[in-house]
Amino acid sequence: MKLRQSIKMAISAVFSNKMRSFLTMLGIIIGVLSVTLLISIVQSGTGTITDAMSTLGGDQITVSITGNQKRLLYYELDSLKSNENITALAPYISGRSTAKAGNHSKEVNIYGVTKEYFSINNLKLTNGRFLSELDREYSLQVCVIGAEVAKELFPYGDGVNQTIRIQGKDFRIVGILEEEDEYAMNSNNQRIFIPLTNAQRIFQQMGITNLVLTSENKTTLKRAQSDLADFLKAKFTEKDSYTIINMSEIMDMMGTVMNTLSLMLGGIAGISLLVGGIGIMNIMLVSVTERTREIGIRKAIGAQRSDITIQFMIESIFISLMGGMIGMLLSIVILHVLNLFVTEVHFVISPSVALLALSFSIAVGLIFGIYPANKAARLKPINALRYE
Amino acid sequence: MIELKNIRKIYQVGEEEVRALDGVTLTVEDHEFVAIYGMSGSGKSTLMNIIGCLDTADEGSYFIDGQNVMDLSEHSLAVMRNKKIGFIFQQFNLLPKLTAYENVELPLIYQGLPARERKTRVEESLRKVGLENRMYHRPNQLSGGQQQRVAVARALATHPSLILADEPTGNLDSKSSRDIMNLIHDLHKQGNTIMLITHDHSIAAEAGRQIRIMDGKIVSDTGSNPAV
Ligand SMILES: Nc1ncnc2c1ncn2[C@@H]1O[C@H](COP(=O)(O)OP(=O)(O)OP(=O)(O)O)[C@@H](O)[C@H]1O
Ligand SMILES: [Mg+2]
Repeated sequence: MKLRQSIKMAISAVFSNKMRSFLTMLGIIIGVLSVTLLISIVQSGTGTITDAMSTLGGDQITVSITGNQKRLLYYELDSLKSNENITALAPYISGRSTAKAGNHSKEVNIYGVTKEYFSINNLKLTNGRFLSELDREYSLQVCVIGAEVAKELFPYGDGVNQTIRIQGKDFRIVGILEEEDEYAMNSNNQRIFIPLTNAQRIFQQMGITNLVLTSENKTTLKRAQSDLADFLKAKFTEKDSYTIINMSEIMDMMGTVMNTLSLMLGGIAGISLLVGGIGIMNIMLVSVTERTREIGIRKAIGAQRSDITIQFMIESIFISLMGGMIGMLLSIVILHVLNLFVTEVHFVISPSVALLALSFSIAVGLIFGIYPANKAARLKPINALRYE
Repeated sequence: MIELKNIRKIYQVGEEEVRALDGVTLTVEDHEFVAIYGMSGSGKSTLMNIIGCLDTADEGSYFIDGQNVMDLSEHSLAVMRNKKIGFIFQQFNLLPKLTAYENVELPLIYQGLPARERKTRVEESLRKVGLENRMYHRPNQLSGGQQQRVAVARALATHPSLILADEPTGNLDSKSSRDIMNLIHDLHKQGNTIMLITHDHSIAAEAGRQIRIMDGKIVSDTGSNPAV
C-alpha cells in the first residue's frame, strides 16, 4: 500500500517536469530503439535467408563437375549408391532447348534425371506421376514438366498425356509439378524433366555433370562428404574439375556470421543504452540536489530512509521503463513501415528481443538510480531542511 | 516528558568554533506550554531541532518519555518524528507540488495508515484549522496564513504529543498570527506539550513558561508550570 503511494508520487514527479523527463528518456528511447531495430532486422533477414536456403536443400550435398578430360559415367556411381552414409543419390545433367507443344513454344531447361531427383528435392505433383526407373532403363520418351512450363504450353488445360517436342523428339507428359515459390534462381517451375538416358542422347553428353545426395543426419552427411571427396579425387586427378558444396555447412557458417553480427550490432546499440543510463543518473542527481529541501521536509515529518530511496528509485525506473517502451513501440512502427516497402523479408521483433530490451531498460533505471536515490536518502534531515 | 542534560552543539566553521548550544539542561513536563526567546543566533532553532530529532547533539544526554534518544537508530528516530512530534516551521515547509490535502496526508502515508483512516484524519485536521474548503489548493494558491494553517493541520494529523513551533508567526501579519496562536492554544488545551520559539514578547507571554537563551545557554527560566 505504501508502495502504491510511492509509485503515485514518483509518477507525478516525473510528469511535473515533462520536458526534462522526456529529454532524459530520449537516451533510453534511442538505445532501445537501436538495439531492437538492429537485432530484429538482422534476425529477420537471417531467418528469411536460411529459410530460402533450406528449401533449396539445407541437408544436401551438391556436386558439379566442370572438367571435361574425364567423364563420370552412370554405372560408376554404384559404389556411392551402396555407401552407408548416403541415403539417396540423384545424378543429373541439364541443358537448354526449345520445347514445342501445338503452336506454343518455349525456351526451357531440360533436366535429365533419375527417379531419385524428385524424392531428394521433395517435389510434389499436381497431376500424373514422377519418372520411374523403367523410364530411364528403357529410355522412354516421357517427361515431367514444371508448373510454369505447363501453364505456357498448355494454357487451356491439363497437359498430361499430351506431347512436347524437344530437339525433334516427342515426349509424352506423365506428370506436372506443383508450382513452387520463386527463390531467385533455383526453381523447378521452368524445367522439363526427362529420363537421364534421353538427355544424354539429346545433349550428346554421356558424363554426369551434377549430383545431389542426402544423408541421415549432419554427422553422416559429413562422412558422406569425405567419402564423396575421396571418390571424386580417385576419379578426377585434377581437383578443380569438380566442386562439392555442403549446404548444411554453409548454413551453419551463415548462422554463426549472423549471430556474431547481431551480437556486435546489439553491443554497439547497447552502448547507447549505457549512455542513456548515465543521462538518467545525471538528471536524478540534479533532481536530488534540487529537491534537497523536499527530502528534508519529508524526513522531518517521518519519512524513513527507505521511503526516500524507493521514491527516487521508482522515478528512475519509471523513466527508463517508459523510455524503453516508447523505444520499443517506435521500432515496431518502423519495422511495420519497412514491411510495407520490403517484400522479400518480413521484419518482426522476436519476443525474446523485446523482453531483453525491456528488462535491460529496467536494469538501467535500477543501476543508475541507486546512487542518486541513496544519496538522497542519506541526507541528514536538518541539513536537507537548511539547504538553500 | 523531555529531559535534556548538558547538551552541546558545536560547529567548526573554518578555524572558528561556534558553540550553538553550550551546556543546555532542561526538563519539560507533559502538557506544558513553553516559549523560548532570545536574540538572533542565540541557538533557539538548534535546540528545537535537537529536541525534534532532526539534529543530534555533540554532547550531553536527551530522553523523550524516558527513552534515550542518543541510542535510537535512524529508523526509530524517523518513527519518533512521525508519531510523537509535530513540527511547525517559520517557512511553512509545505511541498509545493502537493495540494493541502496531500500535504496533510503525507505523514500518515509514512505511518502506513490505510486510505480510509487517512481520509478521515486529513479532513478532521483541515476542518480544525478552518481550511475544509481549501483542501485541493496548492500552497501557491493559498495565503501565507492559510499555508501555515495547512502546516498546523499536518502537524496535528498524526496526533503527536509534542508540538514544536519555530517562529510559526514570523512570516505572518497580526491577524494570521492570531489565528495560528489560537490554534496552538487549542492544541495545548487538548493536552499537547507545546514548545514555541518567538521573537514577539507578547506571544511569549501567552505561554505558561518562558525560557530565555543567550549564546547557547539558558539564562532565565520561569520554571515548570503545567497548569496554565
Ligand atoms: N550548520 C551550521 N554551521 C555553522 N554554524 C551554524 C550552523 N547552524 C547554526 N549555526 C550557528 O549556530 C548559532 C545558533 O543558530 P540558530 O539557528 O540556533 O539561531 P537562532 O537562535 O534560531 O537564531 P534566529 O532567531 O535568527 O533564528 C548561530 O550562531 C549560527 O551561526
Ligand atoms: Mg531560528
